Amino acid sequence: MSKEKSEYLINRNENQYEVVIGLEVHAQVLSQSKLFSTSATKFGAEPNTQVSLVDAAFPGMLPVINEFCVKQAIKTGIGLKAKINKRSVFDRKNYFYADLPQGYQISQFKDPIVGEGKVILDMPDGQKDVGIERLHLEQDAGKSIHDLDPKNTFVDLNRSGVALMEIVSKPDLRSPEEVNVYIKKLRSIMRYLGTCDGNMQEGSLRADVNVSVRKKGTEEFGTRCEIKNVNSIKFMQMAIEYEANRQVDLIEDGQSVDQETRLFDTKKNETRSMRSKEDAHDYRYFPDPDLLPLEVSDEFINQLQSEIPELPDEKKKRFIDQFKLTPYEANIMVSDIETSKYFEDVVKKSDVKLATNWIIGELFAALNEKNLEITDSPISAGNLSKLINLIKDGTISGKIAKTVFEQMMEGDKDPKKIVEEKGLKQESDPKALEALIDKVIDNNRDKATEYKSGKVKLFGFFVGQVMKVSGGKANPQLVNEILKKKL
Amino acid sequence: MSDITKQTLSELVNNIKEKKLSSLEVTKAFVDRSEKSKELNTYITEDFSNALENAKKFDDNPKLDLKLPGIPMAVKDLFCTANVRTTAGSKILNNFVPTYESTVTQNIWNEGAILIGKLNCDEFAMGSSNETSFFGNVQNPIDKNLVPGGSSGGSSSAVAAQLTPITIGTDTGGSIRQPASFTGTVGLKPTYGSCSRYGIVAFASSLDQAGPMAQNVQDCALLQEVISSYDQKDSTSIDFKRNQYSKELTKDIKGKKIGIPKEYRVDGMPKEIDDLWQKGIEYAKDCGAEIIDISLPHTNYALPTYYIVAPAEASSNLARYDGVKYGFRADGENLIDMYEKTRSEGFGAEVQRRIMIGTYVLSSGYYDAYYLKAQKVRKLIKNDFDEAYKKVDAILTPSTPSSAFKIGEKTNDPVSMYLNDIFTVPVNLAGLPGISIPAGHDSKGYPLGLQIIGKAFDEQNILNIAYAMEEKIDFKNKITDWWIK
Repeated sequence: MSKEKSEYLINRNENQYEVVIGLEVHAQVLSQSKLFSTSATKFGAEPNTQVSLVDAAFPGMLPVINEFCVKQAIKTGIGLKAKINKRSVFDRKNYFYADLPQGYQISQFKDPIVGEGKVILDMPDGQKDVGIERLHLEQDAGKSIHDLDPKNTFVDLNRSGVALMEIVSKPDLRSPEEVNVYIKKLRSIMRYLGTCDGNMQEGSLRADVNVSVRKKGTEEFGTRCEIKNVNSIKFMQMAIEYEANRQVDLIEDGQSVDQETRLFDTKKNETRSMRSKEDAHDYRYFPDPDLLPLEVSDEFINQLQSEIPELPDEKKKRFIDQFKLTPYEANIMVSDIETSKYFEDVVKKSDVKLATNWIIGELFAALNEKNLEITDSPISAGNLSKLINLIKDGTISGKIAKTVFEQMMEGDKDPKKIVEEKGLKQESDPKALEALIDKVIDNNRDKATEYKSGKVKLFGFFVGQVMKVSGGKANPQLVNEILKKKL
Repeated sequence: MSDITKQTLSELVNNIKEKKLSSLEVTKAFVDRSEKSKELNTYITEDFSNALENAKKFDDNPKLDLKLPGIPMAVKDLFCTANVRTTAGSKILNNFVPTYESTVTQNIWNEGAILIGKLNCDEFAMGSSNETSFFGNVQNPIDKNLVPGGSSGGSSSAVAAQLTPITIGTDTGGSIRQPASFTGTVGLKPTYGSCSRYGIVAFASSLDQAGPMAQNVQDCALLQEVISSYDQKDSTSIDFKRNQYSKELTKDIKGKKIGIPKEYRVDGMPKEIDDLWQKGIEYAKDCGAEIIDISLPHTNYALPTYYIVAPAEASSNLARYDGVKYGFRADGENLIDMYEKTRSEGFGAEVQRRIMIGTYVLSSGYYDAYYLKAQKVRKLIKNDFDEAYKKVDAILTPSTPSSAFKIGEKTNDPVSMYLNDIFTVPVNLAGLPGISIPAGHDSKGYPLGLQIIGKAFDEQNILNIAYAMEEKIDFKNKITDWWIK
């Protein structure tokens, strides 16, 4: 693999600028009920049908921590190779908004449940570590709906109190592409762990993006702007590009960058100022007196550690060692847990090399075309390994296999049955092939004479004719051998 | 049976159990007396007809093995009661009817008691005289235009005036013990974590605690037995072995070591209070207790600490009253305008003052100097008690630095009002149990109380000491029914 760095730099006049990015990812904890109440968390329910008295902040209602959400956060921390804090504290972050019923969000400020960790990115020019600053648990707010009525705003509290993990990276990212790989890796780790479904359309994963620029070669960070609540990788990348260029333009123009919070307008593809540092909220954080500090024992953490499945980094290493995949192939196979499962199921009963090629080549292309996830693949792992075995044992040629594969994509049919029903079995009987070849030579006497007189290129013509007459079923290797003899 | 309302809770329970009285007779007696006592303004919401209905139902199918069989009871309007309006003494909850029941009141109904109404209190329990209530002042039955104390002023007045045989209040800085002291009644603030806070309108979460208020120690012990329970719905509820407080009650306190903290002899304390304290020490000795001088060196800092911690928590706890979801809403041009009008019109002056203090002490730049420092001092105050309890079993102090004052006397002087809590506040900061018992009268004939502070979870011990001293003190409340025409 090439070690040459492909840097993302912005050039203006004589100057080159480096972009520095840090992300605060909000990942919704995969759980049946909310962080401090027993309400359901299902996405897409009718407004205000998953709201308890606690979620709506009725007088005298008290939060009670959901142990499952704590476990999920610790598991995620382990997946981020991070320090798990045995004592953490829930704080109140105070501000007024109509979709924040308590008038405060319960979050973790000074003492988060998870401390420093890292995420390893596989970039084309090698691996890169991105530092994790912390992970903390907090409540989501409800949703304000401004477009249903010209005068009034409606509030849906279904999301109010749902558990979020805020995962804060260090300012280690340097390009929109690194952000892409980082988010995908983070998502993959959490999906392996079953701690977040990573569904960005449903808002289960969204991020605040901190962007600053500095002249290449300087150590000091520039002034950063925070772009709030971006909910797709594509928008994050667009927002970073826009914002970095805006900041470079300001600096080149002799102006300075103001520290502020900005919003990304997806329609106009630009970021806009939301509030300046001076207008920043004073959240008046203080420990929530309704909740005791959260204390977890070593045994509790060890138990969770023992439940952690093999994660992408380890799996990749194993795939390279055990199956002799290239790092490139291994990366693809471990990119999400479902693909890795599919791959392992296929190679359980068939040739690894062929399986790798068929999955990365034919299967991904076909799924892509139909816009399907691997979990929705019409071809089961079992049937794909059967198909690969039919190729391996010479029952069908690679070319016929593609025909069979296309049939299989229409529904999960057994490839053996397709081969039988359609009579696609490869003709490998030398006698039958000889008869075919004799017939072809007979019909093309003139070309056979030309061949013999030195026009060896015509060999391909004869192979083609034999394959055509056989309906593609003739074993190409045997055809070659026999043709050579006969001509 | 004559004058039902003069009977103690224990007598009423026995009479109902022995079928000498029906629940309806008892309930009707207290409802009738309450009807005649409107001038005291103890009730915010009366539930008399339902109470009579429920008393009939109880009599139709009496469950006499319960601890409070068919006993009528009014409760402080800080406890959420299902389908009965709960206001916390505030305009902002004037129209609020909960669909749910607080754990403490549920425990009471589970033992057969019957709700007769919701009692007046200072707005969101912020006050020491019941004068901050949106629903008006409460009269102390001791004398006309005398405050009943606060914040559980409706509760203390109602028990003293015998409008309810017993009641519950809440105590954040003295809100049970001070009104008990002002009305010649008994009030217990249990250990923090003893009674569930679920369903109690929050003032300052780390200090709030519900507790019984009664005519005597025996009744108080019985009610404490009923309301104290471990509750998973309150994360600060503590799972400890609770005594059968009334059954285990004993006057034998021989050899108990009782501490007298020198720091409670504050500057400017009226001689009457000091004399009362001395008398209390003698009573305790008479009961066989050993008196030991102790020091609680950080006592001086308790009040300023309290007036940082409590408003800080309150400023956040009261953020939910914003006009969006329930309660009072004033129309506004936009969201912010609606918030400002709702909260300006919905909250009274004292509540607004405390929200502002609390917001200030939590603000960035001030947090370390105020809130964080207050938390550290709070720890020191708790350490003082821990040290003292290595030497003594309980601590005896006056309940308040003065007897009840006149309505309006201190309304323009919040600091003088706050000083009322000087002896009670340290107990809340340390999370300890404390009981106030009536111990004498001042020159005006107004009751004065003594406070017995215990170790955490040691309610039985302070109830026993109170029980023994009560007999020696033999206090008689001087109530003339002046308000009944």
